[in-house]
Amino acid sequence: MDMRLPAELAAPLPQSDAQIALAIEGVHKRFDQFQVLKHIDLQVRQGEMLCLLGPSGCGKTTLLRIIAGLETQTGGRIVQNGRDISWLPPVKRDYGIVFQSYALFPNLTIADNVAYGLVNRKKPRAEVQARVEELLKLVGLPTSGAKYPSQLSGGQQQRVALARALATAPRLLLLDEPLSALDALERIRLRGEIRRLQQQLGVTTIMVTHDQEEALSMADRIVVMNQGVIEQVGSPHEIYERPATPFVADFVGKVNVLPAIALGRGRFRAGRLELQCGDGGDHAPGQAVRLYLRPEDRATEVAPEGAANRIWGEVRKVEFLGASCLAEMCIEELDGQPLQISFSLNQLHDLGVRVGARIPLVLRSERIRVFPVTSQEVAR
Amino acid sequence: MKAATPMLHARAAAPRSLGLSREDVIARVVLLAVVLFLVLFLLAPMASILMRAVQDNDGHFIGFTHFADYLSSPALLGAVWNSVWVAATVVLISVPLAFTFAYALTRSCAPLKGTFRLIALIPLLAPSLLSAIAFIQWFGNQGVLKPLLQVIGLETIYGAPGIILSEVYNTFPHALMILLTALSLADGRLFEAADSLGTTRWRKFFTITLPSCKYGLISAATVVFTYVISDFGAPKVIGGNFNVLSVDVFKQVVGQQNFGRGAVVGLLLLIPSIASFLIDSRVRRKLRAQLSARSVPHVPKPSRGFDVLMTAYCVLICGLLLAVVGMAVWTSFITLWPYNLALTLRHYEFALIDGDLASAYGNSLKMGFCVALFGSIAVFVGAYLTEKSRGLDLVRPLVHLLAMLSMAVPGLVLGLGYIMFFNHPNNPLNFLYSSMSILVLSVIVHYYTSSHLTAVTALKQIDNEFEAVSASLKVPFYKTFFRVTLPVCLPAVLDIARYYFVVSMATLSGVVFLYSPDTVLASVAIMNLDGAGEIGPAAALASLIVLTSVLVCLLYSLATRVLLGKTQAWRNLAGH
Repeated sequence: MDMRLPAELAAPLPQSDAQIALAIEGVHKRFDQFQVLKHIDLQVRQGEMLCLLGPSGCGKTTLLRIIAGLETQTGGRIVQNGRDISWLPPVKRDYGIVFQSYALFPNLTIADNVAYGLVNRKKPRAEVQARVEELLKLVGLPTSGAKYPSQLSGGQQQRVALARALATAPRLLLLDEPLSALDALERIRLRGEIRRLQQQLGVTTIMVTHDQEEALSMADRIVVMNQGVIEQVGSPHEIYERPATPFVADFVGKVNVLPAIALGRGRFRAGRLELQCGDGGDHAPGQAVRLYLRPEDRATEVAPEGAANRIWGEVRKVEFLGASCLAEMCIEELDGQPLQISFSLNQLHDLGVRVGARIPLVLRSERIRVFPVTSQEVAR
Repeated sequence: MKAATPMLHARAAAPRSLGLSREDVIARVVLLAVVLFLVLFLLAPMASILMRAVQDNDGHFIGFTHFADYLSSPALLGAVWNSVWVAATVVLISVPLAFTFAYALTRSCAPLKGTFRLIALIPLLAPSLLSAIAFIQWFGNQGVLKPLLQVIGLETIYGAPGIILSEVYNTFPHALMILLTALSLADGRLFEAADSLGTTRWRKFFTITLPSCKYGLISAATVVFTYVISDFGAPKVIGGNFNVLSVDVFKQVVGQQNFGRGAVVGLLLLIPSIASFLIDSRVRRKLRAQLSARSVPHVPKPSRGFDVLMTAYCVLICGLLLAVVGMAVWTSFITLWPYNLALTLRHYEFALIDGDLASAYGNSLKMGFCVALFGSIAVFVGAYLTEKSRGLDLVRPLVHLLAMLSMAVPGLVLGLGYIMFFNHPNNPLNFLYSSMSILVLSVIVHYYTSSHLTAVTALKQIDNEFEAVSASLKVPFYKTFFRVTLPVCLPAVLDIARYYFVVSMATLSGVVFLYSPDTVLASVAIMNLDGAGEIGPAAALASLIVLTSVLVCLLYSLATRVLLGKTQAWRNLAGH
């Protein structure tokens, strides 16, 4: 009955391929004239948690549903553990899935929900019961087996949905915005639990989300998607610190964007400021660029006179965010374009950041990302 | 696996779909069976009418001769005009009456609203013949209130006045249900805003209430108009020599065996139906848009004078409605109106035991059960597969289209189509003709639309991903259907079964062409008894139909309470 057997026996796979749980090769999808996905190539490693991140309509959900066989790609190949599943109906694929809406069967008890896939495999009743108990314990709901879904909170229901998806020990777990329907506190709690479970079981997982914080905190690797293409694949750190495209820099985290002209040798002029950027070596002098700078990428404590990228700014507005504050600074040399700079609450007091204060800042040259202005933008 | 790989490359250019699992094949076969059912029992009969309208009795093509014949005959053209003006008059009376009633139920603090509503819906349970019989008893040649007719200058109730009265009674609940929905959709916040600006009741009525139920009024008017144009029972009994289209079809086909001309009249009947169907479906789409908008229900505030007025109105209308059904019941129990008023059960004995038509009531019960059982299965399975299965993307909208189309076909026209299609000697389904099965099938198809919509509404309310989840757990869809979808939708399925039972007890227009001596139905028997002057037994059968439907409705509410209480324990736990 095991569908995987022939593919594994066929040929011993090379080491590198064995580590690939799922390979997506040139998958594309068109609805009428609209290209939802454009030639997606992606490899999911064995046991990793991969997040598909992007704004709504970027194609991330479509990609997940194609992997699940719930939608059909226009072309391309999907290979799971060496088996081509591109054109298999959903029942013949090997995955568990959790939806935003939980999709628990409302008329069955929690235990029956979790047992749903097991009962069908004609396992002995005692074995099924033991497995259900084990799973409910695993998701932290050991005593809820006799209840009905409507008696549980949203977070608890999603835990049950997770247990149901894991019951048959699938080799791939698909999570479609699993936390979006939950309130803020439960979302953060469940976020940690899903990650812990995933690592404990070592199950390869693909999660779709539009919430960058969720992706940054849970994923081994993040795939940032936009308008049907992959913008960047990388670890959360890479995505945040070294965004590959302006879109990624903009979508993940807050960022200041300064129009500038390259001067050569890593120097750029923005307004009447001359800035040193560690990143931008190969921009020809005279080229129009944009400098991307995150609000926290500044050193204030050590702002010795004469340091590179040292500027004076006047505080215009302070937005209080709890643990930190976002100050809108006016830099005279930038001709009125404000910079958003973040301060911790302590820095706010220590440095005397308040509306009207003038403060020296050092912009961290190694953190400034430089992107060329595309010809389209120039035309505008 | 290996064999599949070369195919991948070969087919790369053409759009491909996923491979089929065993379950997919089952789903598709069943879905196609539902489509086939609707094509055979709805589309094909309609096509037969179209063909028959341009053929002579031997099947030769004769072009538009029948049409020309028809249009050149002033008597027949008179029937068209009669149908139209009578229907329009009924709209002008029935819709305002129902609107005021609905307004009282939704916007006043009148007591006993639930009771008023139940009484107002009683006409739905009776065949349309019942009201005609009752009005004959009230206003006919021997009528209690005949003198009243002369006061308002009418010589006789037979003809247009009787038809109009009967049809106002019959259409009242149809209009009421639509208008109740329209009025209850009103946004309470608009009224609060108006109150805060010091708006008068009249101004609120004309600036908020009336515009917000504009679509409801249009919908009610078209439904009433179509009902009257295509109703056959009331004009047959109380119409006298007043010729209308629906009776004309019957005369042409049953009386004169003139199928070609019958087909032409059938097509004429189809015109207003299809027109109102188009108007209605456009309007309903707008109604739905209003529904989905976030609104706060309007809660009426007590206002003494207004509430008393509205209560008085409801009492009056309910009194009139009860007087009609009451007269029919009374007629069934008295010996001979107006000479001998002694109470008797003779009419019931005659209708159920002694008469030639004694099997009719039993036949109706049998048909009711069959229609309820098979109809709800066909409708629910069809709706389930259209909503929840995957693949066959071109076929699934077709089910929906055909399901909606059934509403546009009057029963009389459907029945006519069945004769022409199934009675054709070359049709392999000819054996169905004059059997109980064809009656059951015709009623299922005739009342398909609202059953289908009930099923679709229930299915749309459950999570869309159940099928995806069960596929990922390797559970075939039909197991999930029986274990989850059907139990969750049980209330809707029971509702469909009840609806089917009630309408099949009362229906006449479709089956009047299709019964055989062995399968006479109660509604047909009422018509025939009335025609033979046996008004007592006719009233007895009509009363029995109402009583049976009332019992079934009671049974239904009992079942939904007891049975659902057991199997749907999960439902009551929500919110704990």
